[in-house]
Amino acid sequence: MGLLDRLSSRRSETAAVPVVSRATNDGPVFSTKALPRFLAALTTREVPVLLDVGPVVGTNVSFFGEHLGCKILVLDLFADWDRHVREGKVEAFPAFLNERLTQAGGSIDGVLCWDLLDYLDRPSATALAAELTRVLREGGALLGFFSTAKPDAAHYTKYVIVDDTSLRYRSYAAARGRQGALPNRDIQRLFGDLRVADSYLLKNNIREMLFRKPA
Amino acid sequence: MWKRDETVRPASGQPAMPQPQAPAAPGVQGSRPEGTNRMERDIVNIGKSVVIKGELNGSEDLTIEGQVEGTIQLKDHVLTIGPNGRIKAQVFAKAVIVLGEVHGNVTASEKVDIRDNGSVDGDIVSPRMAIAEGAHFRGSVDMQRKAAPAAQPAKPAVAQSPAPAPAAQAAAGPRAGA
Repeated sequence: MGLLDRLSSRRSETAAVPVVSRATNDGPVFSTKALPRFLAALTTREVPVLLDVGPVVGTNVSFFGEHLGCKILVLDLFADWDRHVREGKVEAFPAFLNERLTQAGGSIDGVLCWDLLDYLDRPSATALAAELTRVLREGGALLGFFSTAKPDAAHYTKYVIVDDTSLRYRSYAAARGRQGALPNRDIQRLFGDLRVADSYLLKNNIREMLFRKPA
Repeated sequence: MWKRDETVRPASGQPAMPQPQAPAAPGVQGSRPEGTNRMERDIVNIGKSVVIKGELNGSEDLTIEGQVEGTIQLKDHVLTIGPNGRIKAQVFAKAVIVLGEVHGNVTASEKVDIRDNGSVDGDIVSPRMAIAEGAHFRGSVDMQRKAAPAAQPAKPAVAQSPAPAPAAQAAAGPRAGA
């Protein structure tokens, strides 16, 4: 039985438009095109190992762990980056990442990078991309979000999985906002050792990109 | 105008007034049926000021508001880390509810529940997880789930018919509810 068959999905009829607009404190729900592709990439493993660089989201843990049988590693690098910004130690973040990601090379089946790279300076983004590429196994998948809009108020976004085609965007405070839109070629250079499997520009100005590590 | 209380009448042959009962000894529920206290679940509390270093074992539910360093073993029982609880230990229990801080690995046979303002830094092994919006967690989660097996056919009533082999059972019809 395929991985997606195990999901109890409530599929939206249209993509790249808000499925349901909820109260501001809950966050709006948007369709996602790349998430189902990412999930499909995990199907080759019995117990996929997932690395989540974002903050813990209970429903996401249940989604991946309970329904899909993944083992999940939650790193919350957003909190680490926030601390480095507040303490004025941004230049130390690349070295910190080298020590923080202790997973063996090729040990991770899927990486949820979310939109962390939008917040990092260039040296930190380069270091993070290199570490994530290192830990990803051959054939593994990395899901990244990149905003194409101008930076606004300083806030991070928690991406809460509603179902395999919908994400709720829930904002929370950040010490520093996004650094600006990364051009496509810069994104591809960051992940030079990965190939771009899918790329979707959504109507909410988020570019969802799925990378695969060549076998 | 004032009528004498005829019930209070010292007289021979009349039954004596009931004597006031002596106060019950502390902890004794005199009027309750015997055995009621045994129906209440035993829960042990470790207070805020208590610090324990070493191995903590128990065979009843436990709430910790103090500090524990080492190992906590509560097989088949519920461990609650209260809001003031600070744990640096490996934890093994049936269910673990975290409202305080845990630094260490947590293994539960049923469920781990990290409540609002609860914090866990460590690896969790549990078939079920609940993590509140305001909770903190860093580490790995292993829910020990595998591909759901297909529904097994009912065993035949006649003893002569052999039971189908496990491989054949796994290949049987679609999973109910899929």
